[in-house]
Amino acid sequence: MNYIRLDYWDLGLAALLLLGVAALSLVLQLRIERKLLWAGLRCALQLALVGLVLTKLFELVSPWWTGLAALAMVLFAGREIMARQDRGFQPLWAYGIGTSAMLMAAALVTVFALTTAVKPDPWYDPRYALPLLGMIMGNTMTGIALGLQRLTEGARQQRPGIEALLCLGATRRTALLPVTRQALTTALMPIINSLAATGLVSLPGMMTGQILAGVDPLDAVKYQLMIMFMIAGGTTLGAVAAVFVGLHRLTDSRDRLRLDRLVGE
Amino acid sequence: MLTIKNLSRPGLEPTSFQLATGECIALRGPSGAGKTLLLRALADLDPSDGEVRLDGTLREKIPAPTWRRRVGYVTAEPGWWSERLGDHFQDWEAQAGPARRLKISPDAAQRRVSQLSTGERQRLALLRALEHRPEVLLLDEPTGPLDEESTAAVESLLREKQDNGLALLWVTHDKRQAARVATRRFWIDAGRLREEMLEEAQR
Repeated sequence: MNYIRLDYWDLGLAALLLLGVAALSLVLQLRIERKLLWAGLRCALQLALVGLVLTKLFELVSPWWTGLAALAMVLFAGREIMARQDRGFQPLWAYGIGTSAMLMAAALVTVFALTTAVKPDPWYDPRYALPLLGMIMGNTMTGIALGLQRLTEGARQQRPGIEALLCLGATRRTALLPVTRQALTTALMPIINSLAATGLVSLPGMMTGQILAGVDPLDAVKYQLMIMFMIAGGTTLGAVAAVFVGLHRLTDSRDRLRLDRLVGE
Repeated sequence: MLTIKNLSRPGLEPTSFQLATGECIALRGPSGAGKTLLLRALADLDPSDGEVRLDGTLREKIPAPTWRRRVGYVTAEPGWWSERLGDHFQDWEAQAGPARRLKISPDAAQRRVSQLSTGERQRLALLRALEHRPEVLLLDEPTGPLDEESTAAVESLLREKQDNGLALLWVTHDKRQAARVATRRFWIDAGRLREEMLEEAQR
């Protein structure tokens, strides 16, 4: 494969754009320059680090090191889910529910993709396993975070209606069914949107990457389609698991709505 | 017969009393005294300690949905889970008679729930609870937003149900209403429940 390598000068030019935008923010007193520069710096450092780690991992092709890297990714993503909850489950619960649902969904879908569709040799080859896991998990993480947030928010807002249903003898599942549906709709909205808009509105990052790296567009499309389906499957699995566990945490065995288990009650 | 022994929860001190079949207890007390806390605990909407029995059967032995069908609860501000009124009833058609009796205009069914008046919603919530034929009904100011005429209609409907065995625990701010409807009168203040002596109640 032939592709055009970037040197550090090219990168510096791109970074100038960020500086320019920060200067604009200063002039217009938008107060986003600090956040922007800090985020840019973090991005550069994190990606450089990941590049080094990946280089090492690709040399090693060890199931243990690959597994460890995957675990670290899952734990970071769990933290991200926790951080995105506003007045939701208590942090430890948000972390526990989010991480376990994500681990289950992302592991299942990634292993499925590796062993049935991509079939690298060995199947855990980090060059395939880690990017696949990353893409699936990034989306699953967003889905779970959105779903949990919408669930707790909805339960809070619709409490009178939910408790009215409970008072008339509905089970917790029936009483919370509307909120459950809203939570899952919200969780799956991004992936459904991107499934529908892909190609028309935006060219997906991975496909663009492969094309830039010299892969035939039709082959890149095949890869992209596979990834999209995997992402849709993983997000759905993860969001459904997280929302159902969350539903249990929000209620108890006497079919009560337990908003007292949320932050700020 | 609802038997309550040492029922307590944060904001409510251990409380014991019995509510017999066909009886009506009026419960009064200042705002924030624990009236709603007591009703919610009895409906099992919040965790509580102590023993509650219905006809001798411990509450924990009865599945919660069944318990709440038998011990109904109409809140002071009823909740609605759909904009269509009919969704809230098992059989809305069968409610035409009672609805007329409670002076609810016949076109209520055509309107959205948010377009109904507070008083109409209050009476419809009562009908919704009665539809499940509860044995005990916990009422949190069921006539609070109603005018005299509608109040009388609600009281007469409930009196009839009471004659058929329905037991009522009726929270009201109106001393005269308590005198009209209740067989016994309770007073609650700062989470402490006690029965009003006859002479106190008359004052």
